[in-house]
Parts: sequence; C-alpha cells; structure tokens
Amino acid sequence: MHPRLTAVAAAAVLAVAAHPASAETLRFAFQGDVGTLDPHGLNETFTLGFQGNIYEGLTRRGSDLAIEPALAERWEIVEPTRWRFHLRQGVTFHNGNPFTADDVVFSAERTLKDGSNLVTRLSGVAEVVKVDDHTVDFVTKVPNPILISDWDTWYIMDKEWAEANDTAEPTSASDTSSENYANRHANGTGPFMVTVREPDVRTVAVPNPNWWDEATHDLTEIVFQPIASDPTRVAALLSGEMDLVYPVPLQDVQRVDGNPGTTALTGPELRTIFLGMDQSRDELLYSSVAGTNPFKDRRVRQAFYQAIDTDAISRVVMRGQSTPAASMVAPGIIGFPEGLARHPFDAEAAKALLAAAGYADGFEVTLDCPNDRYVNDEAICQAVVGMLGRVGIKVDLLAQSKVQYFAKVLDTGGYDTSFYLLGWTPGSFDSWNALHNLVGTRNTDSGRGTFNLGGYTSPAIDALADRILVETDLEKRDALIDEAWQTLHEDVGYIPVHQQALSWGVRDGVELAQRADNVFSWRFVTIGG
Amino acid sequence: MAAFIVRRLVQSIVVMLVVALIAFVLFNHVGDPINNMVGQDTTVAEREALRERLGHNDPSYVQFLRFVGNAVRGEFGISYRLARPVEELIAERLPATLELSLVSAVLAITLGVAMGVFTALNRHTRLSWLSQGFMSLSLVGVSLPTFLIGILMIYVFSVELGLLPSFGRGDTVQLGWWSTGLLTASGRKALVMPSITLALFQMTLIMRLVRAEMLEVLRTDYIKFARARGLTDRAVHFGHALKNTLVPVITITGLQLGTIIAFAIITETVFQWPGMGLLFIQAVRFADIPVMAAYLVLIALLFVGLNLLVDLLYYAVDPRLRIDARLGATGH
Repeated sequence: MHPRLTAVAAAAVLAVAAHPASAETLRFAFQGDVGTLDPHGLNETFTLGFQGNIYEGLTRRGSDLAIEPALAERWEIVEPTRWRFHLRQGVTFHNGNPFTADDVVFSAERTLKDGSNLVTRLSGVAEVVKVDDHTVDFVTKVPNPILISDWDTWYIMDKEWAEANDTAEPTSASDTSSENYANRHANGTGPFMVTVREPDVRTVAVPNPNWWDEATHDLTEIVFQPIASDPTRVAALLSGEMDLVYPVPLQDVQRVDGNPGTTALTGPELRTIFLGMDQSRDELLYSSVAGTNPFKDRRVRQAFYQAIDTDAISRVVMRGQSTPAASMVAPGIIGFPEGLARHPFDAEAAKALLAAAGYADGFEVTLDCPNDRYVNDEAICQAVVGMLGRVGIKVDLLAQSKVQYFAKVLDTGGYDTSFYLLGWTPGSFDSWNALHNLVGTRNTDSGRGTFNLGGYTSPAIDALADRILVETDLEKRDALIDEAWQTLHEDVGYIPVHQQALSWGVRDGVELAQRADNVFSWRFVTIGG
Repeated sequence: MAAFIVRRLVQSIVVMLVVALIAFVLFNHVGDPINNMVGQDTTVAEREALRERLGHNDPSYVQFLRFVGNAVRGEFGISYRLARPVEELIAERLPATLELSLVSAVLAITLGVAMGVFTALNRHTRLSWLSQGFMSLSLVGVSLPTFLIGILMIYVFSVELGLLPSFGRGDTVQLGWWSTGLLTASGRKALVMPSITLALFQMTLIMRLVRAEMLEVLRTDYIKFARARGLTDRAVHFGHALKNTLVPVITITGLQLGTIIAFAIITETVFQWPGMGLLFIQAVRFADIPVMAAYLVLIALLFVGLNLLVDLLYYAVDPRLRIDARLGATGH
C-alpha cells in the first residue's frame, strides 16, 4: 500500500509543479526566515509556527487558540501524575511511514538531547512509556494540570526517517562538524509538505494528499519568501507580488488599507510590553541617587507608574494600534485578571508620591531599551522619557539593537540595568509561565525568575505560584492566579504598558485566520471563490 | 614582475590576518548571539552550556587562533543563525553578489565614461544643454542615499507601474555550483533595479572624474600639437585624450569595484537580494560571528586582489612603468 501512496503523492506533486502559477498559490512574506526546519532546534514563535504546518504535535490549536486533539485522538489523566494519550490510527508521515507510539517516545528522547531547544516542553515529564502501538503514558514528576498547554508546538518526528538520515539528535549551532539533515529537510504528518527549502530565499510547500484530517483550505502551493526591509515588504504586497505580508509597520497600515486590493488586518497580540525596575540592589547602577535604591520604595514605583500616560503612547506612538494594559498578561492568556484596572495616569499624584518618598526634586536614571525588537520600542521609550521628565525624573535613554540590549540586561549580562523595557508572551499561554519567569524571586537552581531582570521579590506571590503549578481544580486555580496578579498590581512590581497590535497586510480575496499569537496557519486559508 | 606579485601576495596575507584580528576584537562588542540561538524559556544552565560548547568562554586570542587555524584549512565554522557551514553559505551567495556587482560595474563604467567624455566635449556646443542635464543628474546620484533611490524605484516601477519585481532574484538556473539569474526572463528583470541602484553612485563618480581628467588633458601641449598636425577630432579625442585620461580612472574604478561588492550590502537589503551583503547584514543583526568573520576576511582578500589587479593594469596602460621594470630586471 505504501509504494502506491507514495506514487499518488508524487503524482500530486507533479501535478502541482506543472501549474505553479495557478490561482491557489499562496505567496507570503515575513520579516525573517525560519530558523531551522528541525522541530526541536529553536524555540521561537515564527519558526515553530511555520513548522506547525508541516509537523504536528499530539495536540494543536485552532484559529481561536483552543486546544484540539491532533496526533492524539484523546487523552485522560489515569493517575494525578500519569497522563494517557490514545494516538490517532492510520496516520502516516509524508514519506509514507506509519505514525506509532515509537515515534512519540523517540521524539521525547530527541527533545531532551543536547542541542534541543525545546527541553522546557517536557521539563515536568519524568518518563515516557509506550503502552501499546497506539497508546503512550507520560509520567510527570508532580501533578501538573497544564502539562499539555504548550504541546501544540512540540512536534512528533518519524523515528525511522530520523535514524535513517542520521538526525536522531536535534540541530544545534554548536555542531561544528557538519549540517544536521533535519535542518533543511522535513518529514512530518502535517497538512503540508516542504518541496523546496532555500534558506533566506524561499521555501515552497504543497498540500499533503494523505493528511488524516479533512482539508478546509483550497491551496495547491505555498511559497514563503522572507523580506527583511519594511518598505520593500509593503511594496511587494501593494504591487500584487505577495498575497500576505507581515508585520506591516504601523505607519503603513493606513496605506495598505487605503490601497484598492489590499487590507490591513490588525488585532491585539498576546505579548505584553512593560517597564521593569531594579529593586534588588542597594544602590542603582545607573542613577544619581547614591547610597540607596529609590525603586525599593513602593511610592516611587507608583509615581513612575502614574506618570506614564499609556493612552497617549497608544494614540501617538502606536497610532491606535495598541491596548493599554493593567496586567502582565494579555486577554486570551489563561488567568488573565479581568477585574484589574490601571493605576490612573495622574502627573500631580506622581509628583506628590515622589515628594512623600523624599525625591521632591526628582532624580536621574538610565532606561535600557531595545530598538529593533518590539513594535516602535525606541519611540515608546522616548515617550516615557518625556512623561517622566514632566514629574521631575530625568531619564537617560540607552536604546540599542537587541543583540546588545539583551546581552546587557539578561542574566548572562548580570542584569546590568536599573530601568528597562521588555516584552513577554507566556509560551504556554498560561499565567503561571509569566509568574514563574517574570515575577518569581530569582533562583538559579529552579530557573525561577530568570527574566525577573529587576529582581522583584514577593514571598506571597512565590507561594501562590507554587500552589498554582499543582492545583488541578481549574476554578480554584484561576482564583489563585487572580490573587497573584492583584498582589503584584498593588505592590507595583512592574509597570505594564500595552499589548501591541498584530498587523498583517492581506490581498483582497484571501481569507485567513489571524491568530493572536501571531502564528500563521496555512490550513485556514482560502483563495478561490 | 614575478617577485612583485609574490611580494604583494605575502603582504595580502598580513593584511588579512590583521583584518581578522581587528574583527575578533570587535566581536566582543557586537552583542551576545546566545540569546538569539535559544528560546526565551531556555534555562541559564543550558545557555551556559551552549556558550561553553561554542568556545565563547575562551579568551579572545584563543578564539582568534582557532579561527585562523580553521580558516587555513578552508573551514569557517557553522553559522549560528542558519546552522550550516559558512563556506557553503558563502559559496551559495557569492554568485548573486558577483552578478549584481559585475552588471553594476559594467553599467557604471560604460555609462560613466561615455557621459564623462560627452560632457567634457560638449561644454560649449549645441548639445551643452544635454551635458548640463547629465551634470545635474549626477548631483542627484551623488547626493541621494542608495536605500532611498532603491525605495523610490520600487515605488515607481513595482507599485505604480507594476513593471519590475520589487524584491528577490527571480528564477535562477544552476550551472554547477554557480546559480545565475541571467538566463531567465524573471532573473534579468529582477536585476534591473538593484543594478541601477548600485551603479548610480559609481557611475556619477566616474563620469565626473572622466570629465575633469579629460578637460585637463585637452589643455595639454600634445593635444594642441596633435590638432596642429591636422588630426581629426575623433583621433584627437579618443586616440590621444581619452587614452591618457584613463590611468587615474582605472585606479579609482578598480578600487570602486571592490566598493561595489562590499557596499552591495545596502542595495541587497533594500531589494532582498540573496547575496553576501544580505547574509552579512543579517549576521550582524544576529551576532552570527562565524559568518561575519568569514565575510570580512573575504572582503579583505577581494580588496587586496583588486589592488594587485589595478597595479598590473598600470603596466598595460602606462608604458613608462614597463620601461622601469625592464631596467630593473637588467640590474640597474
């Protein structure tokens, strides 16, 4: 049966290749290329999102980000620390190999090897046990209610294919000898198959005729080409060479919308942009205040918070394409605190708070800011400088490219900052991820608080986070999360700024789903009609 | 002659070593590639392990010596960004950059010399208005930044007129390891705007240089004697004046050819031209040190090679140098 299927696949490929210019070819551009085709090589949104069209996980996410069964038909928690997955039967990889429990166990092993960047997907898993050919048990170290929340981007590889091509270990840049086969070749179970991969130039895929699910798209070919330069990317859409380009710079959104034949598709993204303050050192590294750290005083933090007019930033800097935020996670993240409202913008109140804290004349501090990472990041920082200037705080802005910025402010640079701008999307779409990484007291052994660059610490929130991790009653869990966010809000541990907007430019006639995590799923696209 | 070439080759090795050394000193300031190579959830221990494996914890001089040791064997390591051997990446991108640069250079030289001669000869003739036009145009070419010219062209010829592709190289044909866009219609169309953008600055430079040199030469005594002998304008202008104009033009053009290749970076970025310049700029953004190091050494090699070529061309063009060399060979 397999040779015949392969022949059908080959015929389909040929048929497609014979009509490359047919109406159902989707051409799209992004600002950068996929890091690698290896599903365990790089934990990065665009790379994993792209791979998700080719490879599949046990679960997947729909256009509304709801978790759906994919390679696992269903699953149950047989014991608090044992999850059982019933695998979908009759699924084949692109090369015709059948998908079985061995592939799942193999993928888990591969994910945990040196060079894999997706170790976190399985960090709570103690053991993966094959029960039979179509049943796999995952044994966790502790009860974990959100075990599978990020498994939609943990992809399953074909064991036979990987071993035959000597790619049983993931692609890593530290391989100094030769290139890993899986870096430019793919063999998944997903709705599309890669036919051409030229890094930085183009990647071409065609539909998988043997896909287990019913295809709702009408594509016959997908051509992806990275275009790094913003104006060129927009021009490629306006000239009709592209069906979809993203991101569209904010200043071009109107132009794309006003142009006959193209539309700008905007929506809130799951990433929250915020400001953080060094609250751990006894004296700030970059400030005029000697002998003490003003950010240890809650009143100073609140003064900074209330001095910043996020509505003005949204209106002027972001041209309306942002949503001012009160919490560190976006709507759509599990545990988003709906009841939370921002401390109101009030420059007078800020001045009074500063005076009460003993800084009536203000002080000087340096703001670290990336200039090529988030939408209009440097402009946001400039606005913050002006707003704080009005309440007497003199902010020196140090805006750098992301490679230099992150080298300075992250753990590897020794958290070398006093005041910084950062953005965060919880990889699991769950509040716990943000509480653990951004808010938790820094702890090198457990990895808690790695991105808590200001060293904020709250024993109460740490205790809550520990309970949230193992609480299986979802209602109770939500209440705990809410309490944690409330505590952080009252403590002014961070200054949330906004959720930036996604902005995609789409040719009229192309129907697609814009997911809030900025992932482009080809299977929701229709062009014909 | 042979001794001269050998001497220059030894010098060029020294130059490349110095370039590599300076590059490695600079790499301490380009930022940390580790954060680009891993996802946000990666633990500190994993990051540290990766840094150790990449050898970033070694002192700079150890990293430098390792680089030189590998480079001698033709190995430049694995790109951090693309996880592929650097020499393979460069071999893949080199044809794109060279085709673009050569087409640009041919455009710049032919049009530049032609317009230079034309403007020099037509200062006070009926065609002086055209010559004035060329001069004004050249001001635009010299003063507008490359990326602006590129984007303006994209908006006019791609967005408004829909004549030319706004990005990329079109379809390419593989000739052995060399990929060429010259053999397909879409490849040639894709070449038009980038090559004009890249050529514009050099073209105006050459034009102004040729014009100035030509005017200079036309005032010299031997031109007057040539006219007195009753030679035709054509013989005077092209046989005598232009030939003597070319010596400094060759120097500048030779060096500018290197600049065209090295500074194709901006043009390649604007047009998403998949050449070495784009590879380099992306490497800088990513702090992809193996690619940056290899690129810088390659560009150094290119400049050294072009300089050598220019020196050899002098021999061909300027008879005085040939005589000197012969005298030197006979032992004076």
